[in-house]
Amino acid sequence: MRSPAIEAVGFRTVAGIEQLGRLALFVGQVALRCVRPPFRSRRLVGEIYDVGVLSLAVICLSGATVGAVLALQGYTTLARFGAEGSLGAVVGLSLVRELGPVLTALLVTGRAGSAMAAGIASMVTTEQLDGLRMMSVDPMAFVVTPKALAMVLVMPLLNGLFIVFAIFGGYLVGVELLGVDGGQYLTSLESSIDLGDDVAGSFVKAITFGSLVGFIATYRGYFSEATAAGVSAATTGTVVVSSVAILISDYVITALWGV
Amino acid sequence: MGTAIAEGALDFQVALDGVDLTLGDRSIFRSLSCGFPRGQISIVLGGSGAGKSTILRLIGGLLRPESGAVRVAGLDITEIPERELYQLRMRIGMLFQGGALLDSMTVYENVSLPLREHTDLGEDAIAEAVRERLAAVGLPGTEALYPRQLSGGMVRRAALARAIVRDPELVLVDEPFSGLDPINVRRIEALMVDLNRQRGITLIVTSHHLASSLRMGHRLVFLTDGQAISGEPAELLASGDPRIVEFLRAEQDGHALPVAAGSGSAS
Repeated sequence: MRSPAIEAVGFRTVAGIEQLGRLALFVGQVALRCVRPPFRSRRLVGEIYDVGVLSLAVICLSGATVGAVLALQGYTTLARFGAEGSLGAVVGLSLVRELGPVLTALLVTGRAGSAMAAGIASMVTTEQLDGLRMMSVDPMAFVVTPKALAMVLVMPLLNGLFIVFAIFGGYLVGVELLGVDGGQYLTSLESSIDLGDDVAGSFVKAITFGSLVGFIATYRGYFSEATAAGVSAATTGTVVVSSVAILISDYVITALWGV
Repeated sequence: MGTAIAEGALDFQVALDGVDLTLGDRSIFRSLSCGFPRGQISIVLGGSGAGKSTILRLIGGLLRPESGAVRVAGLDITEIPERELYQLRMRIGMLFQGGALLDSMTVYENVSLPLREHTDLGEDAIAEAVRERLAAVGLPGTEALYPRQLSGGMVRRAALARAIVRDPELVLVDEPFSGLDPINVRRIEALMVDLNRQRGITLIVTSHHLASSLRMGHRLVFLTDGQAISGEPAELLASGDPRIVEFLRAEQDGHALPVAAGSGSAS
């Protein structure tokens, strides 16, 4: 006997697998265009500006604030054990290993990933991508690849900047406000962070998150419905799916490689 | 009813043969057959939702029909791979209804894009070609403006300049006159007639603007009920086909019609 509920599950599963297949093909096509000429370096630079330079203010401000909060919270806990001298290590390790890449990726998703999806989706709605196709210009190479690649390249840089500003924010609060010794703050920071393990791991995470956000944003925009509702669905879809994907992949990377 | 096969004597640059197309759950074309002769201006007429823009998208290869053939310059574009389609589109220019200019680029960058992508022309030659085309569509001096700084009619004229900048063999034009003032209607009409007469370009134009259509069209293709009735303007007007008469009467908004009922039949 056929049950509508089971049928619905079947249809959803097939649709989900179809979507995954389409995403895999999409990723493959973008990857191919990253290595196959013509390279559209001018467009790439423009996209790096949009994703990177325009995100600088939000990344620096958020970084400094997060570092300041970490120092406040960390100091209260450490003071109970008389271990205020380790404040630099607590702030630095949690930032480099976790908060830096994750928060940077979430912030960039909100600021640049959503704009990227909305930009491509509105090009679909206003037939700009079809216009390119009719000029024999491949929209995957002209529009999608520079945007996705810019996201992959910019994410680790913004991650680094976020961490630097957060350490600075932590220093301001811990040393200038709460009276921790400045030398101790920096020494414990330096001695606890391993360049090969912690810092390299941080950048692996940032590159992974950059790839996820870049592909999800461009995919959502490229395959959006050609309506105003399609633009907003692509935008919200990008933020929701990217955020969840960032958090899940963060766990997977941490569990597998202990970063 | 006009079909590509029945009118074999004509040299069709574009021919649709038995095309079926459904978008969503709506059937747009059912066994649609029609042809667009080389070197002529064909006007596609029909009510809203009759599939005027859709037929241009089929010819441009932006849509693939469920069945049937779409032959452009001798190639059935439903069967060729994407790469060949891109090659074929080098010979086609298309004006979209909304213009489809890239909004992140200036008018100059937009109009010069096809030249930059597909030719080795130097900057001076590109600038000259862009200047000439913008003057032809009545938009001199707008090179540095962005599409958002132009009115709807100006955007479409800039887009027409982009569509013709590489001197294509075939130009697909979707509603060139909507949103234009009477002077610019005449200007764009004259430009299209010039393109056709002087450069032998085949034009396929969808239009609601009946007066212009009748003036410049060598051939009318009237879309109704998912099929096409085509022929020369005089032929169609004389055919007395109630669907055409009704459409023309509605389009002319009650004004006197040059329609002779009865005799003759549309091919």
